[in-house]
Amino acid sequence: MKHRAAVLGVGQTRHRSRRTDVSIAGLCREAVDRALADAGTTLADIDAVVVGKAPDLFEGVMMPELYMADALGAIGKPLLRVHTAGSVGGATGNVATSLVQAGVHRRVLAVAFEKQSESNAMWALSIMPPFSMPLLAGAGGYFAPHIRAYIRRSGAPEHIGAMVAVKDRRNGSRNPYAHLQQPDITLESVRSSPMLWDPVRYDETCPSSDGACAVVIGDEAAAGAAQADGRPVAWIRATSMRTEPTMFSGKDHVNPRAGADAAAALWRQAGIRNPLEEIDVAEIYVPFSWFEPMWLENLGFAAEGQGWRLVEAGETEIGGKLPVNPSGGVLSSNPIGASGLLRFAEAALQVMGKADDHQVPGAAVALGHAYGGGSQYFSMWVVASTPG
Amino acid sequence: MNQPLTAPLEIGFDYTRSLGPTLSQFMAGLAGRRILGARGADGRVHAPPFEYDPVTSAPPEELVPVGSDGTVTTWSWVPEPLEGQPLTRPFAWALIRLDGADTAMLHAVDAGSAQAMRTGMRVRARWADSPVGHIRDIVCFEPGDGSEPEPPAEGSASIKMVTTPVKLHYQHVASAGESAFLRGLAEGKLLAQRCPACGKVYIPPRGACPTCGVPTAEEVELPDTGVVTTFCVVNVDYPGQRVAAPYVAAAVLLDGADIPFQHLILGCDPGEVRMGMRVRAFWKPRHLWGTTPENIDHFFPTGEPDAPYESYAHHL
Amino acid sequence: MTDVAVVGFAQSPVVRHGEGTTSGVEMLVPIFAEVLQATGLTKGDVGFWCSGSSDYLAGRAFSFVQAVDAIGAFPPIMESHVEMDGAWALYEAWVKILAGEADIALAYGFGKSSAGQLRRVMALQLDPYLAAPLWPDSVSIAALQARLGIEAWLWTEAQMADVAARSRGAALTNPKAQVSGEVTAEKLLAEPYIADPLRAHDCAPVGDGAAVVIMASEQRARELCERPAWITGFEHRIDSASLGARDLTAAPSAAAAAVAAGRAGEGGRAGEGGRAGGGGLDVAEVHAPFTHQEILLRAALGLGDGVRMNPSGGALCGNPMFAAGLARIGSAAQQIMSGGAGRALAHATSGPALQQNLVCVMEAR
Repeated sequence: MKHRAAVLGVGQTRHRSRRTDVSIAGLCREAVDRALADAGTTLADIDAVVVGKAPDLFEGVMMPELYMADALGAIGKPLLRVHTAGSVGGATGNVATSLVQAGVHRRVLAVAFEKQSESNAMWALSIMPPFSMPLLAGAGGYFAPHIRAYIRRSGAPEHIGAMVAVKDRRNGSRNPYAHLQQPDITLESVRSSPMLWDPVRYDETCPSSDGACAVVIGDEAAAGAAQADGRPVAWIRATSMRTEPTMFSGKDHVNPRAGADAAAALWRQAGIRNPLEEIDVAEIYVPFSWFEPMWLENLGFAAEGQGWRLVEAGETEIGGKLPVNPSGGVLSSNPIGASGLLRFAEAALQVMGKADDHQVPGAAVALGHAYGGGSQYFSMWVVASTPG
Repeated sequence: MNQPLTAPLEIGFDYTRSLGPTLSQFMAGLAGRRILGARGADGRVHAPPFEYDPVTSAPPEELVPVGSDGTVTTWSWVPEPLEGQPLTRPFAWALIRLDGADTAMLHAVDAGSAQAMRTGMRVRARWADSPVGHIRDIVCFEPGDGSEPEPPAEGSASIKMVTTPVKLHYQHVASAGESAFLRGLAEGKLLAQRCPACGKVYIPPRGACPTCGVPTAEEVELPDTGVVTTFCVVNVDYPGQRVAAPYVAAAVLLDGADIPFQHLILGCDPGEVRMGMRVRAFWKPRHLWGTTPENIDHFFPTGEPDAPYESYAHHL
Repeated sequence: MTDVAVVGFAQSPVVRHGEGTTSGVEMLVPIFAEVLQATGLTKGDVGFWCSGSSDYLAGRAFSFVQAVDAIGAFPPIMESHVEMDGAWALYEAWVKILAGEADIALAYGFGKSSAGQLRRVMALQLDPYLAAPLWPDSVSIAALQARLGIEAWLWTEAQMADVAARSRGAALTNPKAQVSGEVTAEKLLAEPYIADPLRAHDCAPVGDGAAVVIMASEQRARELCERPAWITGFEHRIDSASLGARDLTAAPSAAAAAVAAGRAGEGGRAGEGGRAGGGGLDVAEVHAPFTHQEILLRAALGLGDGVRMNPSGGALCGNPMFAAGLARIGSAAQQIMSGGAGRALAHATSGPALQQNLVCVMEAR
């Protein structure tokens, strides 16, 4: 039997390209302390800690959660470390949720981070094992050909990617935690930014950020206590995860089946029949602008080949039918390991009504989404203002 | 001949670590040849200091000076020091309780021989000639006590960062299928493998068919011609890049293969590369061949008519 | 809370220099086939998969992503990965079954420990500001712990050699072991130190390997296995990272996990004092990569003299990193499934000098 679980509190760092004012543990604690304060709780009340981050080579520390056990208040408690590539932040939220839903714990702290400035993620990702062909150019070089395939398949006009970039960066300027603050960005400025990995322009790519995110997840009693205390909570209505191989014959890189399967399972679990009508706001993992229309289709918000029409019609802006990434999304902040949990946390903030300047009015049901690897790992959740 | 191919894999990076308030103060102390500790909620003085109290998880309220002499609480002997360790001659690792501290610090002791080591012995820090604010400002400890303290160095008031090189050496092993593929390349052949379950042809072969989970073994030689399924034009310079931008990185589906692989398209203007374009491998001169995919320098357009979209759409 | 049982286990041979890649695929394919065949399951029956491995062991970022090729993960699967020993992957899988998200779950761990210089790689688990820049290797760290116990009269070098001799003898019946044989403690004690006070026999050999365990909910366990190993307690805890501030001769996190796991099994089954070891344990498989750690853990886990220790030979006879902890759980479960034990405790460890510990108590019914 599944116990109810809810987000009691959310915290994140001010994401920057180099947070040289803090240590790795200090970066995490900035997010953790905010999440605990938001939840009205302390480390002493936490039963277990789940840590997520992307490759250890980014910081040059093997399993850094071991050294951070003291900083995370985990001494004498269970501590788990999740790593599912770029989706890891989402997986971290889902694992923490499972611990509560299983009835194992009452309050679990999920923490995800990346301190990219300790090294150079491009370096870590470009270590080529012997016998391989060193010719791709990082994540952009990996994903740009798939974006070209999407454009070919859907017939989407060229300006769609730029529209997403403008929306997300302007949204990010309403979020004080976002790394990039670009309130004055325009379609023209994006379209005149350098073409890095044709068809992907500089302004259509995510930044490299230092940052952390933390979420406190509690059971029904803990959520009830928070509400009695006047603190809104975000009820976790559904979670899902799916994986497929990075490469295989017939893999659909534009519309991966693992993402579609994860979404279908998610909607089923949440009792959602028409996601476009029933989801009020979505935080979707969009590291390159074109992934917004691609994932809108993959998630079932639009029919195949039609996602870009929602973008073009402005329906994914705040005030549209389905606001996507009101926080500014990955295009505004990308502390890799934390990016997925940030999507989950921002979805929770929306239904808690605490998203301040980037709040979607009346948001009651929200999606958090993350993916990673070569569109290989997917993790998602649906949160709502009521338990459902 | 059937042994998997192996090759060294070296990874090295100088990590730049920002310190935060507590460690900054500690490192600034080291730069001035002083060791600082932190008083914990349990009343103990921890040296080196904790960033977050093991009991309360709070940062320390203040750092307190401790001695740079101390007592060994346990030790182990290193007959053959490893790369990066504090000393290159045999030495001891020890936990050392510095005078004024209640916890111990991990460091090396230059004692000459294991016979010179014992728990309870007194040791003193040997400082670097020019401390910079790094744990390695303490070169090591050495047996002795009651020595004249070294004059404090002109410590930098503010140490915000430390640099830590991490260099590791691995032996990379290629899978059996990949090894066969690489040996084929050394002879100018493109050797794929067919999955016994689904019949799909993989190049390069993987350890197992990714959809069936079974090893592939049946070898299939493929021609060096194929189709560009999709691509991007790379305009950005990149670590390890061997061709000057702009160039085209493409997914090339070899004729007879069921999965595209990544390669360069040269021999035409990047703007002329199209989805569906027919291409052929441009091999390096034979005397440069080895067991490497780099035997194929790039692919170039054959000039044949483009493949119809439907013929490769399911590989996108 | 639904009851969950281990119903299947397989492990690869542990070898010094395996021919497989760091992706784990070559080691995993045969053991997946073995465990699925033994349980009569197909990959489609597995509702949740979870793996444990390490990028630094492989020397590559995202080193685990290709491992799912060994599954044949299409159509897509429900899956997760921990950057920990596979024992913690099994814990995550156990939670998924408890939460009702799966009836059958499979956890695996794999490690090509030989790819790099293991003892040096492991130095990167230490504090990155204060300790790791000195490159204290994992064998030396264990030696610091061993001497503390020797000088506190908690164990002797002779007792440590006894552990090694007993383990190697036990491993004679384990075809997957890397090291086995009849040897006397006296002979071992005549060997030189490699990291005074540790001799070679005190340290687990460097080995490559993989392990897989299948669990099922009570609705499915009995149809898959004649004698399932029912999990009565599954707990893990962590201690401070500060080697100089914690008592290295004790493992409070191991003791706490054992108490909690024993308590979870109470209701007529667990024994005195809430200790996991109190209630008629027949067998324990303890993840002790160093001889003195077995003695330390025996005390911390409250394992009495009547408990048969590491009938597989334990980690001292085969310690594939990130799989060895899971293999302890599998080996202990195997004792129950084969009828060799009624109640068993398995333990896994992670981090320098037993910093993090997991306990899984299982029984026949």
